[in-house]
Amino acid sequence: MIPEPFAPVFYALVYILVAPIFGGLIAGIDRKVTARMQGRVGPPILQPFYDVGKLFEKENPVVTVTQNFYVLSYVVFMVVAGALFFSGGDMLLVIFAFTLSHIFIVLGAYASYSPYSHVGAERELLQIIAYEPMIILTAVGMYMVTKSFFVSTIVASQVPIILYLPGVFVGYLIVLTIKLRKSPFDLSTSHHAHQEIVKGVTTDFAGPNLGKIEIAHWYEYVFLLGVIWLFFAWNPLIAVVAILVAYFLEILIDNTMARVKWQLMLRSAWIIAGTLGLVNLGVLYYLGMVVVP
Amino acid sequence: MTYLQKSPWIVHYNASSCNGCDIEILAALTPVFDVERFGIVNTGNPKHADILLCTGSVNEQNKVPLKNVYDMIPEPKVVVAIGICATTGGIFRECYNVQGGIDKIIPVDVWVPGCAARPESIIDGIVTALGILEQKRLRMLEKGSPDNPKAGETK
Repeated sequence: MIPEPFAPVFYALVYILVAPIFGGLIAGIDRKVTARMQGRVGPPILQPFYDVGKLFEKENPVVTVTQNFYVLSYVVFMVVAGALFFSGGDMLLVIFAFTLSHIFIVLGAYASYSPYSHVGAERELLQIIAYEPMIILTAVGMYMVTKSFFVSTIVASQVPIILYLPGVFVGYLIVLTIKLRKSPFDLSTSHHAHQEIVKGVTTDFAGPNLGKIEIAHWYEYVFLLGVIWLFFAWNPLIAVVAILVAYFLEILIDNTMARVKWQLMLRSAWIIAGTLGLVNLGVLYYLGMVVVP
Repeated sequence: MTYLQKSPWIVHYNASSCNGCDIEILAALTPVFDVERFGIVNTGNPKHADILLCTGSVNEQNKVPLKNVYDMIPEPKVVVAIGICATTGGIFRECYNVQGGIDKIIPVDVWVPGCAARPESIIDGIVTALGILEQKRLRMLEKGSPDNPKAGETK
C-alpha cells in the first residue's frame, strides 16, 4: 500500500495520467451510441483520439497571442480541479478551480475579433451563471450530510448520500446536461455537427489549441462523473451503475431534445436549483439530520 | 502514423450552386451513407476544417468569400470541387458574371463532375482527397505551406 502522506499525490497523478484515456473513451462511446440512436453506423470508439491527434498535426493559426495563454490556463485549471477532487481535496476549492478554468475559456473567446466567438463567450458565461448555484448546492448538501467539504472524508463516511440528497442529485443531473454540452442546453458550443453561431466559444481556436480544449473536455468528463460517484460512494458497484445510467440518460436527452433559448436554460436551471436543491437542503436542515457526528 | 486521414473534417461552401449538389453532400451525412463512420464531420467552421467542399460556378459576388474561406482553413488542406459547375462552370460558363470553375479562384485538388454529383462519387472524391491531404502534410513537414512555398522560406 501507499504510505498515508503520499496517497493524495498518488491519486492526483493517477487522475492526470488516466483521466484523458477514460474521457476520450467516454466521448467515443458517446458518439457511437448517438449514431446508433440515429440509425447510423457511427465512428470508431477511438475516433476522439484520432481527432485530437489530427488537430496536433495541423498548423496553429493564432488570432491573438493571448489566446494561447487562455487555452493553456483552461487546460491547467481543469486538470487542477480534477486532481484536487480525486486526491480528496476540498470541494469548494475544486469548484473554484473548475469555474476559473471556464472563465479562462470565456476570456480566450473574447480575446479574438470574431463576433461568433463573442456570442459563444456570452452564452458560455450564461451557462456558468445557470449551473453554478446547483454545483455549489451539491457541495453544501454533501457538507450537511457528512459535516465535511473534503472529498476524502465524504467518501470515507460510508453514508448513502443519495438517500439524503435525492433532489440535489436530480438537480445535479440536469446541470450535467449543460456541463456536458448536450441538447437542449448546448448553447455556447456543441460536439455535434450543429452549425448555429458557427462553433461558439471554439470558433477562433484551430489546430493544436482546439486539441487542448478537447483534452480539457476529457478531464472534465471524468471529474463530473466522479461527482456522481460521491453520491453512491458507499457502494462502488451501485456507483458505477449509476454513472452508466446517468450518462446514457444524458445521451438520450441529447438526441430527443431541441436546443432551447438561453432564457429558458437560465430559468429552468435556477428553478431546479431553487426547488429540488434548496427544498432538499431545507428538509435536511429542518430534520436536523447529522449523520456523522 | 497519421491521424489526418482518420479524421477529415469538412466545410462546405456554396458558390452560387443550384442546391442540387448541396443536397447530395448532405445526403452523404444521412444514415444511408453515414460518412461519420470514416470520422468525417461537417463542421461549418473553416478554422476547424481540413477539406473544403465547394459547389457551384463561382461568380463575381462570391469569389472573395470563397477565397476567404479557403484562406481561413489551417494547413494542410485540400479543396474538392463538387459538380460540373464547380469543375468547369457547367452550362453557366458562358454567363457574363461567371468565373467558370472553382480552380479559377483557389487551387483545386479533386474534381468531382456530375449534375448533380452522386453521394457515392462525392464520398469517392473525399477519399481521393485524403491521399492528397497526406502528401501535403508530408510536404508541409519539409517546407512550410504546400500551396505557398514562400511561407517556408520566410520562417
